[in-house]
Amino acid sequence: MTKRERILGWAFIVCVLALAPLFITSNRWIDFLELTLFVAVLGQGWNVLGGYGGQYSFGHAVFFGTGAYIQALLQYKLGWSPWLTLWFAISGTTAVAAMIGYLSFRYGLRGSYFALITLAFAEAFHVVSRSWSSFTEGGQGVQLTLNQDPALALATFQFSFGGPFMKAYGFYYTILAILMISYAATWWMEHSRFGAQLVAVRENEDAAEALGVNAFLVKMRAICLSAAITASGGVYYVQKFLFVEPGIAYGTAKSVEALFAPIIGGLGTVLGPLIGSFFIHGVGEIAKEAIHGVFGDRPGVDLILFGIILVLILAFAPRGLVGILERVWIRLKARGDA
Amino acid sequence: MLDVRAMSKSFGGLKAVSEASLTVSEGNIVSLIGPNGAGKTTLFALISGFLKPDSGAVTFNDAGITGQRPHQICHQGLVRTFQVVQPFAGLTVRENIAVGAHTRIAGRAAALAAAGEIAQLVGMGTQLDQSAGALTIAGRKRLELARALATGPRLLLLDEVMAGLNATEIADLVTVVRKIRDSGVTIFLIEHVMQAVMSLSDYTYVLNHGAMIAEGQPSQVTKDPNVIEAYLGHGAAKRLLEMEAGADA
Repeated sequence: MTKRERILGWAFIVCVLALAPLFITSNRWIDFLELTLFVAVLGQGWNVLGGYGGQYSFGHAVFFGTGAYIQALLQYKLGWSPWLTLWFAISGTTAVAAMIGYLSFRYGLRGSYFALITLAFAEAFHVVSRSWSSFTEGGQGVQLTLNQDPALALATFQFSFGGPFMKAYGFYYTILAILMISYAATWWMEHSRFGAQLVAVRENEDAAEALGVNAFLVKMRAICLSAAITASGGVYYVQKFLFVEPGIAYGTAKSVEALFAPIIGGLGTVLGPLIGSFFIHGVGEIAKEAIHGVFGDRPGVDLILFGIILVLILAFAPRGLVGILERVWIRLKARGDA
Repeated sequence: MLDVRAMSKSFGGLKAVSEASLTVSEGNIVSLIGPNGAGKTTLFALISGFLKPDSGAVTFNDAGITGQRPHQICHQGLVRTFQVVQPFAGLTVRENIAVGAHTRIAGRAAALAAAGEIAQLVGMGTQLDQSAGALTIAGRKRLELARALATGPRLLLLDEVMAGLNATEIADLVTVVRKIRDSGVTIFLIEHVMQAVMSLSDYTYVLNHGAMIAEGQPSQVTKDPNVIEAYLGHGAAKRLLEMEAGADA
């Protein structure tokens, strides 16, 4: 694809997402879109480290959960403004990422060892958040007070008592803004020296080192950016639901969702996590309905379907849906030119 | 320019390199030869920072670089290639070379442009947009060379860049290597292809069982009885001499 086609494609996607609320009136569909964009943000966080850097994390929930807990606890315990706490949530999570990254990369953990250590960290945070009740409120979770004063809707970063527009679309545009910032950051990374070096480390760490790339430093920067993006998803989650508990924050569900979207959509591409997230949730919803029709109420059948789709994608389309779409596009263009 | 003093490295009980010393002076092409398993690649890995020596010291441009990381050594102008080629298989030729160029160029566009120029120099100008994974073995060897060259080195360590190539490809690459030297880059190479060693080297070191057994002009070194025995077995030098004497008579 040429650069011009890419820019036009992105402009189209941004316009469609920005204008979608004009055409969608049903709350259910706005919720669907919000959830899809939320997972697309988590997916991009994972993609920065896993897709571009080849460091497959199985515990990205540790960054989502830490971002969410910092955002919730600073408001709950100290009564700080959410607009202030979000900076602490993102930078605090980045610091946690730097610690995990230092411990893993300093000792050269790669591949499945890195996956296991991230899983272990997520579990450790899970256990601590459950057991250290004096600090984290333990298993019952942190519940923030609902602001019911419309005048303070913006100040409290809570939109449910705001004006009609804010009430309906406030969080949709919040997650869309987070998505656009994180995707722009990823795009910038892809077109920078840092991105080129990160991809080189993914492809062959020894060769990259020989060519002057400080693989340790590059991976550290990647895990920090990755964590910052994932933590912003946590900030959104807390403001939207005003609640966080250990299972939501550090459970494996978030880790798995974060890696599904980019693997299905296309590893190491800016667009991959968004396409993957749409696929998972779009096809997931349809499949759930269809399975419900055929098998009746059998929870978990849709997960089996996901497993099958994941295996098929890994086996036949290692570049994910973006790779397939690109091939189709090139073929269509060739036909058009002929 | 490069000075290696009494370098030793053991793997378990095996002494891969023992007390090896050598000097590479600026502007020369120096070669390192020796039978398979002599420890040549290990010595390269020790010089370029991929392995830490048990003892000994490496000095590059009057600065000690012993024990530094490969990327630090690369930034000082000493870069190696790999005997077993290590392309970034998922990237194009241009992107591969640009990784090397980023060592001295921060901007993406400028690095990609520099990659194009380097590719011309090593004869890969027409393959820039090809995937590195799809290259032939000769192409991959050239790519190793191009990437290393893109870092802007002052000393290039080439590990068997000619191995596995046919005669025409070797002749091509010999010209390229000479061109690189003429542009001001000093070259230290490991090579089995004697045609290349003889025509390129100003000076040659011979390594056997981890120890330096001979050094000198390539034409002298190949006549050295120690070297002949290292390659062809005990007593071979004597038999060769007798055969030559027989032919002369």
